[in-house]
Amino acid sequence: MRDVAVIGVGMNKWGELWEKSLREIFVEAALLALDDAGVDKIDSLYVGSMSSGLFVGQEHLASLLADYLGQAPVPAVRVESACASGGLALRMGFIEVASGMSDIVLVGGVEKMTDVNGHEATYALGTAADQEYECYHGVTFPGLYALIARAHMEKYGTTREQLAMVAVKNHANGSLNPLAQYPFKITVDAVLHSVLVADPLRVLDCSPITDGAAAVVLCPLDLARKLKKPLIKISGSGQATDSIALSSRQDITWIESTHQAAKRAYAMAGKKPEDIQVVEVHDCFTIAEICVIEALGLVEKGKGGRAVEEGLTSLQGKIPVNTSGGLKAKGHPVGATGVAQAIEIIKQLREDAGPRQVKGARVGLTQNMGGSGGSTVVHIFERV
Amino acid sequence: MPTPSRYWREIPQRYRLEAARCLNCGFEAFPPRLVCPRCQSRKFETIVLPGTGKIVSFTIIRVPPHPFVDQAPYAIGIVELDNHIRLTGQIVDCPFEELEIGKRVKIEFRKIYQEGEAGVIYYGYKFVPE
Amino acid sequence: MEGIVGYGAYIPRNRIKVEEIAKVWGADAPSYRRGLLVEEKSVPSPDQDTITMSVEATKNALRRARIDPRLIGAVYVGSESHPYAVKPSGTVLAEAIGATPEVHTADFEFACKAGTEGMFVALSLVKAGQVQYGLAVGADTSQGAPGDALEYTAAAGAAAFLFGREEVVAECLETYSYTTDMPDFWRREYQYYPQHGGRFTGDPAYFKHITGAGKGIMAKAGMKPADFDFVIFHQPNGKFPFRVGEMLGFEKKQIEPGWLVNKLGNTYSGSSPLGLTATLDVAKPGDLILMVSYGSGAGSDAFIFRVTDLIELVRDLAPKTRELLEKNRNYLEYGTYAKFRQKIRKAD
Repeated sequence: MRDVAVIGVGMNKWGELWEKSLREIFVEAALLALDDAGVDKIDSLYVGSMSSGLFVGQEHLASLLADYLGQAPVPAVRVESACASGGLALRMGFIEVASGMSDIVLVGGVEKMTDVNGHEATYALGTAADQEYECYHGVTFPGLYALIARAHMEKYGTTREQLAMVAVKNHANGSLNPLAQYPFKITVDAVLHSVLVADPLRVLDCSPITDGAAAVVLCPLDLARKLKKPLIKISGSGQATDSIALSSRQDITWIESTHQAAKRAYAMAGKKPEDIQVVEVHDCFTIAEICVIEALGLVEKGKGGRAVEEGLTSLQGKIPVNTSGGLKAKGHPVGATGVAQAIEIIKQLREDAGPRQVKGARVGLTQNMGGSGGSTVVHIFERV
Repeated sequence: MPTPSRYWREIPQRYRLEAARCLNCGFEAFPPRLVCPRCQSRKFETIVLPGTGKIVSFTIIRVPPHPFVDQAPYAIGIVELDNHIRLTGQIVDCPFEELEIGKRVKIEFRKIYQEGEAGVIYYGYKFVPE
Repeated sequence: MEGIVGYGAYIPRNRIKVEEIAKVWGADAPSYRRGLLVEEKSVPSPDQDTITMSVEATKNALRRARIDPRLIGAVYVGSESHPYAVKPSGTVLAEAIGATPEVHTADFEFACKAGTEGMFVALSLVKAGQVQYGLAVGADTSQGAPGDALEYTAAAGAAAFLFGREEVVAECLETYSYTTDMPDFWRREYQYYPQHGGRFTGDPAYFKHITGAGKGIMAKAGMKPADFDFVIFHQPNGKFPFRVGEMLGFEKKQIEPGWLVNKLGNTYSGSSPLGLTATLDVAKPGDLILMVSYGSGAGSDAFIFRVTDLIELVRDLAPKTRELLEKNRNYLEYGTYAKFRQKIRKAD
């Protein structure tokens, strides 16, 4: 297995991109990444997208985008793992370079969610849950995470305010990110007074519907050296599955797939949670961030809410989480999220994160999750 | 929402709560499976789930998916039946203020959804206070 | 001897008072209360229908009967509010209780006596030795047109009876049906609400057929009113059962135990069947029960039951009818009631 480096990143501003089609959004981000990498020919393409079929009626996506990127007949694969599609695409690209199969691999993620109305979008997102035994009964994603939140609050005393603080922190970070969908601050009060979606979660506990893409270019570390690029290596990659139905989990307050994926990534990278200096996690809902930092081993089980309240995970804290603004402020074009998380960590390790910079960051981690925890992909990045 | 054949296929589960018990290690699966996730055995017997249990967690859906627009707000819960299998479903006939983790509930046969004025009527289980 | 081996009831928990309906339509509530002798009625939740209530009532009947559902050879659901115009309610019920696939199923319809029709047929099949156990359910979620007199009473409920030959809790001694053709109350296909002939639904309809069936069965059985411990009549409102009882020579105390309509409303195909379940809840071994249903169009089915010792063993195995009537009630105001009963016109 060869060491793999990330030599290019590209991402456009996320939001409701009415004028742009899925193809355009993807190609724009991909070109930015190729330019950043200084390459114009790739050996292989991976595209993460959850539901292009339901959102824009388009399958056969990898071929379409390979062609529109001007790279046909390059081999191209569309990867899907619900909201972890982007992170999983990254893992597949990593494996292809690490195995020696390819040298230059472009990994991109894209989702175009605003061409359908809110109900249809909710339906499409709902396909990440168990159709016959969750969705059939009228469950929604906010509903599933609300079930997790209530159980977490009952078991560990996590408070409604602590959940709100996750959103506030992420917006504070997002306000420093020119590419974020909602680059502005919000207050705890605003969160607590926003409309209820699924008790106890409110609108401002939930990540938005977004159009956007993100792309990275991977190559062997040795080639990165030759090309005189900043040496950012993927030192760990871990993935794990779990039942997609929340009711099948042993403990609904604990995300086992994240714990397992992280264990594998830490082992591969030879790292422990204490070694991680900056993290991007999947805050699809505020409670998710709390559960994830526990499952990653960054804080003790049950203490996630308290950690956020005490500022442990703020930009100035001991272990900054979601410096990009997270899914909440940056946006959540589903398939693109996992790749964008990687881009934020890479920028941090390149010392290119501007006002969001975590000083001296050399080791970062991304955690990208599908559904209510049915899949998780964790990557660890290191500046060599 | 399901199509007629997808709905019909799950009738033993939706109407009668038929589950599967691994003949090798006793693991109980709902819905039934072909392979035991615990011991990899492929032999099961049919069992019927108990009709009572307790609430593990609950929420109130206020922004429903399209088919359920007229029903909102409604309560959804994860209920652990008395044999420790957990199900997700609506909790009905219970004022929202009385919902709490640990509350005893029982299963009732209810309409889940109907496709407008002309489509199929889908039935299944919901939970009511015991 | 053949008879009832298990019985079960189901009543939804929602209620609406006569006052609440009268308020909206500018009617005089006290005179409706007095005239109908009805205070409130049951209202099904939007997720309840004839099928769901039939399933729950049957589960209660099975709790009392304690038989293997696979031995049920006939499943009949009688209603005037079957959820589908074409696709049986009976098959959903049969699947839900595990009686399929070796079972005969049919849906019955005859205004308010669809339930007792199924009972007559199921019982007869058992008597003929054609099936070991027969199930008949009377259930309805019928509607009254907004502002019409029927809106004050049209209610929802279900009663299920399992008939067999062994371990019978109430033997069926006699049956009798009295039928004529008459347009007292009807609903044409594609119409949402029924129409009725006002006072025409009284003497020539309800009273004629119930007295016809009542006299006919007593003559056939060689019995008189005083022989019975209980009598149950179809209950379209609170007054008619007492009046027809008086006409036939019965006393109030024979009628009261099965008289639910003042708090329940008229459950149409469930009306006299629920009166029967309520009566079985309190009857003693050896008691004689007469039940006479009525369905517009028109006809009455009459049954004579004699309670056996086994009633004491099974009575407590499932909820009693008056328990279901009294507990966990949820009172609605008219807006929610109209929303539940889909009386509000929505966008497509």
